[in-house]
Amino acid sequence: MRAYWAIISARFRMLLQYRAAAMAGLTTQIFWGIIRVMIFSAFYASSSTRQPMSHSEVITYIWLGQAFFAMLPWSLDSDIREMIRSGTVVYELLRPLDLYTTWFCRAIAMRGASTALRAVPIFVVAGIFFGLRPPPAIGAGIGWAFAMLGALMLGAAITNLITISLLWTISGQGMARLMPACVWVLSGSIIPLPLFPDWAQATLNFLPFRDLVDTPYRLYMGHIPPQYAIYVLAHQAVWTAALVLLGRWLLARGTRRLVVHGG
Amino acid sequence: MNRPGPVRLYFRYIGISIRSQMQYKASFVMMSVGNMILSGTEFVAIWALFDRFRSLHGWTLPEAALLYGLINIAFALSQSMARGFDMFAGMVKSGEFDRILLRPRGTILQLLGQDLELSRIGRLAQALVVLIWAIAVLKIAWTPGRVVLMIASAAGGIFFFSGLYVLQATMAFWTIESLEIWNTLTDGGKETAQYPLSIYRPWFRRFFTMVVPLACVNYFPTLAILGKAGSSGIPEFVCWLAPGAGLIFLLVSLRVWRIGVRHYCSTGS
Repeated sequence: MRAYWAIISARFRMLLQYRAAAMAGLTTQIFWGIIRVMIFSAFYASSSTRQPMSHSEVITYIWLGQAFFAMLPWSLDSDIREMIRSGTVVYELLRPLDLYTTWFCRAIAMRGASTALRAVPIFVVAGIFFGLRPPPAIGAGIGWAFAMLGALMLGAAITNLITISLLWTISGQGMARLMPACVWVLSGSIIPLPLFPDWAQATLNFLPFRDLVDTPYRLYMGHIPPQYAIYVLAHQAVWTAALVLLGRWLLARGTRRLVVHGG
Repeated sequence: MNRPGPVRLYFRYIGISIRSQMQYKASFVMMSVGNMILSGTEFVAIWALFDRFRSLHGWTLPEAALLYGLINIAFALSQSMARGFDMFAGMVKSGEFDRILLRPRGTILQLLGQDLELSRIGRLAQALVVLIWAIAVLKIAWTPGRVVLMIASAAGGIFFFSGLYVLQATMAFWTIESLEIWNTLTDGGKETAQYPLSIYRPWFRRFFTMVVPLACVNYFPTLAILGKAGSSGIPEFVCWLAPGAGLIFLLVSLRVWRIGVRHYCSTGS
């Protein structure tokens, strides 16, 4: 256990060094947020029918999305990709650590560090200037905090699935390309999920992606009442467990058929 | 020794690039399909919003789809062709650009010939499908002039984005690093142009008309094609001339590029 904790904290501290990149990312993120808020505001101004989410809720949702953008499993650890491509992944197999857990820890550190650098400044800027509201009640804030931790775990499990898929497709273009597309739309990153047609809601509710973005944010703004937080967390936990088991099974199969080219 | 002309040389460069990409056919197919799905999801989101809200500042989904199709065609083609400029910061950093300067040919020709990224065909195909759907659904009173204007809009868009890539590359002479800020103009510009300009704040509209002429290659010509120019309060002739701004923007960018090349000092690596 201590070894894994060391991996997380070492990677975390290393990734925190990329402050300049984070600053540039920050400006970009705020610019995108402004564009998106203008687009949604225009849609709300064009229609007088009651929507499943109010205009100000959507604005908070968008800014939360900008603040926690880096937490989404849309890319993979380039070090691990290089390891798999070059074959040095065999050294990883020799270490007295569980490979899946090692990669899981690296994924948590990767998502956590870049989020830590970006989230707070965007929160402050958007909170002061752009209409990001605080949670309406303490319960909502607590539920959200737990759901975000769950989202981090779920994200790491999805990242690991993408990474493991590289054992089959060396150039890494299959899953690594298709997964982000799924994550974008189905998590609520492009548009808040309640705005999708009503007939799509049941499917969206079933899938795991919603727990990365949509349900945590709606807990935050009280759109999902705090007493339902437990259901959200359970849904997250079950999916995370399922994806971890799937990942472990795939990894075991992948390493068994692993052929290392060259010496 | 016979020296091929620039056009022939360009096609020879491109031929090499295409052949090398075709060595990995499965990878090419995967990348193209991936690109297609990724850009397809963006349109799903736009569709979902129109499904909820019905209209946007008096624009319907097919009308917005016309904006979407035209700008994404231009975006895909310029990304594919101006890839050399997009990747330019890496060349400055590694010193690769010194080699290009040593060759007895123009820098612009060589950078254009660097790569023609074929997998962008995924986005191109998706954008074409959206455009064709929009044209089929909309009852546009087509005249030869409007057909020409639509093609000019797409061409102007290609010039516009290429100009942005050239400017982005030029910045690398001074900053070495590629700046993420440019993404807000290229990707952000594409995102912006997918919706009618009238929905944005005045400062934002002015920026994307006067500073970078994005609206000129997409929004204004689309107004004229749809016959909306009158109701938008923009003079009709402006809409017809606007795509030319894309070409002017590219020419200015290339002028700035030449200044940059003159000021270039190698990183020495």
